[in-house]
Amino acid sequence: MSNTTFETVIGLEIHAELSTRSKIFCGCSNSFGAMPNTNVCPICSGMPGALPMLNRTVLEYAIRAGLALNCEIADRTVFDRKNYFYPDLPKAYQISQLYSPICTNGFMEIETNDYIKTIGIREIHMEEDAGKLIHDIANDSTLMDFNRCGVPLLEIVTNPDFNSSDEVIAFLEILRETLLYLDICDCKMEEGSLRVDVNLSMHLHGSELGTRTEMKNLNSFKAISRAIEFESARQQKILMAGGVVTQETRRWNDNIGISVAMRSKENAQDYRYFPEPDLLPIFIDEHWLEEIKTSQPELAHEKRIRYIDSYAISPNDAAILTTHMNISILFEALSSQSGEPIESARLIIGEILRLLSQSGTQADDLSIDVSKLSTLIDYVLSGKINRNVYKEAIEAVFTSDVDPVSYIEDKGLMMLDDYSTCQEAAKVVIANNPDAASDYLSGKDKAFGFLVGQTMQLLKGKGNPELVRKALEEELLLH
Amino acid sequence: MFELTALELSTAISSKQIGVEEALSAYFKSIETEDGKYNSFLSLSKEAALTKAREIQKRIDAGERISPLAGVPIAIKDNISTKDIETTCASKALSGYVPVYNATVVDKLEEAGMIVVGKLNMDEFAMGGSSETGYMGPVRNPWDSYRVAGGSSGGSAAAIAAGMVPLALGTDTGGSIRQPCSFCGTTGIKPTYGAVSRYGLIAYASSLDQIGPMGKNLEDCATLLSIISGPDEKDGTCIIEKPFEFEQSDSNSLDGMIIGIPKNYYEGGIDNSVKTSVLAAARKLEEAGARLEEFEMPLMEYMIPTYYVIACAEASSNLSRFDGLKYGHYTSDSDELSDFYRNSRSEGFGMEIKRRIMLGSFVLSSGYYDAYYKKALQARRLIKDAYDSLFQRYDMIISPVAPTTAYKIGENIDDPLKMYMGDIYTVSINLAGLPAVSLPCGFDENKLPIGFQLIGKAFSEPTLVKAGKTYQLINN
Repeated sequence: MSNTTFETVIGLEIHAELSTRSKIFCGCSNSFGAMPNTNVCPICSGMPGALPMLNRTVLEYAIRAGLALNCEIADRTVFDRKNYFYPDLPKAYQISQLYSPICTNGFMEIETNDYIKTIGIREIHMEEDAGKLIHDIANDSTLMDFNRCGVPLLEIVTNPDFNSSDEVIAFLEILRETLLYLDICDCKMEEGSLRVDVNLSMHLHGSELGTRTEMKNLNSFKAISRAIEFESARQQKILMAGGVVTQETRRWNDNIGISVAMRSKENAQDYRYFPEPDLLPIFIDEHWLEEIKTSQPELAHEKRIRYIDSYAISPNDAAILTTHMNISILFEALSSQSGEPIESARLIIGEILRLLSQSGTQADDLSIDVSKLSTLIDYVLSGKINRNVYKEAIEAVFTSDVDPVSYIEDKGLMMLDDYSTCQEAAKVVIANNPDAASDYLSGKDKAFGFLVGQTMQLLKGKGNPELVRKALEEELLLH
Repeated sequence: MFELTALELSTAISSKQIGVEEALSAYFKSIETEDGKYNSFLSLSKEAALTKAREIQKRIDAGERISPLAGVPIAIKDNISTKDIETTCASKALSGYVPVYNATVVDKLEEAGMIVVGKLNMDEFAMGGSSETGYMGPVRNPWDSYRVAGGSSGGSAAAIAAGMVPLALGTDTGGSIRQPCSFCGTTGIKPTYGAVSRYGLIAYASSLDQIGPMGKNLEDCATLLSIISGPDEKDGTCIIEKPFEFEQSDSNSLDGMIIGIPKNYYEGGIDNSVKTSVLAAARKLEEAGARLEEFEMPLMEYMIPTYYVIACAEASSNLSRFDGLKYGHYTSDSDELSDFYRNSRSEGFGMEIKRRIMLGSFVLSSGYYDAYYKKALQARRLIKDAYDSLFQRYDMIISPVAPTTAYKIGENIDDPLKMYMGDIYTVSINLAGLPAVSLPCGFDENKLPIGFQLIGKAFSEPTLVKAGKTYQLINN
């Protein structure tokens, strides 16, 4: 047994809350963070006699996700009831899909450092979320908030095709990006709108699959990664010692960095699934499916290829520009308005992303006037302003939405193209900085930069840099 | 006045022979003096009804023609949600529950200017055929108060038979409108599945339940059905395109109609008096021009088991929400959540409910689903197909509603199988989603009413009503 190598086998179950305006089976608002029990009605709170009606947008979003994940879309799909008692489930059954899910048999390619791998998607199905229990320790009581009841979910189930946490994270990154580009889920793990359960087992290479555990409560990619490492090590240790892994559900505690058993298979519930009689089977209209296909948004990896091929953007920059859909939208708008894709990419990567991180603004919340930025690109490329003014004006547009033309004119920041003014300034700077001047003349090139800076400052930053340099060089020679 | 049909009453109201409030008060008085004997009402909504009556009177006085049944009092089976009126399904599990919303049918009644007087007793959660299982006690049959009124809409049938209300809403999952009509000598319609919205009907078995009208004759019932039927954006299974319209027909002829008689329905297990009366009714239809043809009803031995597997499976899930946490009865005896659930439900539900929940949970459980539930779905499909092919030949089928007349209270309560066999003529209609009308056709030797039903293909209510009205006209 000296050559024993255990292999980790992982499959994922991902719950994505859909960002539809209303809930899956009623007209209640589907918004996060409302006062408890304010987004509720007889339907989602499970009042006797109330009936569900399917929100068609949920079906559309499920199909969009299925298409993006290369799934087969069912022509007939059915909802089923999953029966169990829990206080957060007011009907005591969850409307879900078991027997005839909307999407099956898809795949997605992932790229890790040194290889490309295909991950199978077993199915995607639609279901309703449950409510939230709030445990009030001070009063030793539990309160129910039904706002989340009926929030639409997609459950995406992969095949057990992963062998490492790196592969899992690579997959989740692409999935997250895809859902964001489809604009069907905001993927905020901290708010629970994207939840990942990890099914993991270990086996000897080439032998049958081992017993798996299911891990829950993974609230960030980092937690997922850590939990996989922990669980692989835990199972390997058991197996090495000749023990048996128990099939169970485990809860990850990210503070301590360990997982704890929640319930074992012996206590597994029998959900008594059966077709939901309150919702008729759904037949997917061919024309509608065709409409959805033709109106699928361009996904991030498709955009990257297009940026590289038709805009001559570097692969690295293309990747940065597509990290957030909002950024790629800005890039495309700015490129098309200014006709300068390269400069647009430079402006966004060099300035906008820096300003976003400085101000702590999320890319999703960015809103900026594209035509103002386009004007600035035109100004800098045509030599009306220099790069310093350009940067300053971009910042002013970003922070205060100023009109860049009047901002530049009012402050007199148009580039100073008058050589004699530059010459005058150069003379003054040299006279005021005799040490720097002699340093330069004795071969210290660094001193020149200092002098350029001083001259620019004297010209209030608007000097044409070429003319300033030329004037300085000439004046220093005369010195 | 209690002899008037609903349409006669509404004519008297619109021609100012009687005021809405006057009529309503008379009915309330009748309920207050009579219902002690029959136990058909669970709650009354007197104040709201009187307010509504005055409002309707004003509109009628102003010349508004609200609907053909404006101003007519109506009572509602207690499994249909009524805003601000306690709705219990005759179960301790829902005691004290007051809905915050109206069932769609209730909204439609109110739009039609009808006056809701109160809620009617029934078998607990509509599970039963005798209206004995409600926690407020059994309904008594106005023809013999030692006998059951039938069920589960027994309160509805008894209230009409006793003249306490001219019209009522019932619900029919496996015969629950038709059988009490038969036992109490009243008339009812079990509509096609998907003709009347179920929104607000507290589900027993969702794929079988339908709300329908019950009254003194078919004309009243048809008029009420035209008011409550129609599509509803809150119920996706309500697939009807527009409300029924029942034409006034001048002719009483049933010429050209072919009516099937399932001859095996009349062999064994059926009271002689029932058999004789129903076949006599068939001959009346023949006299009116219809042609009678006998046939063998297939799959009879599968009807009861198929029905009970599917109905109980759905019930086990539908009744899960009564966990004591949100509404209705909850236990005061629990240390932890599982005890709370167990005790609340054990205390809240009656014997028959527990029996059906256990049966339903069993047939859906892992390892038994294929053997029971899935098989039952396949049998259901065969039953539906059998009816489809019968209706290629026949315009309708005539059949008894129940094999017996009303039996004594307590007589069958401890013999569930015998009770279930009483549903033999009714459950397959629900399994196939078909409409049927239930009409009285005479009395047995104990002067107890006998009923028959006319069954048609989906959405053939107008044809059934035409034939049934003809029968009631020539039989008067």
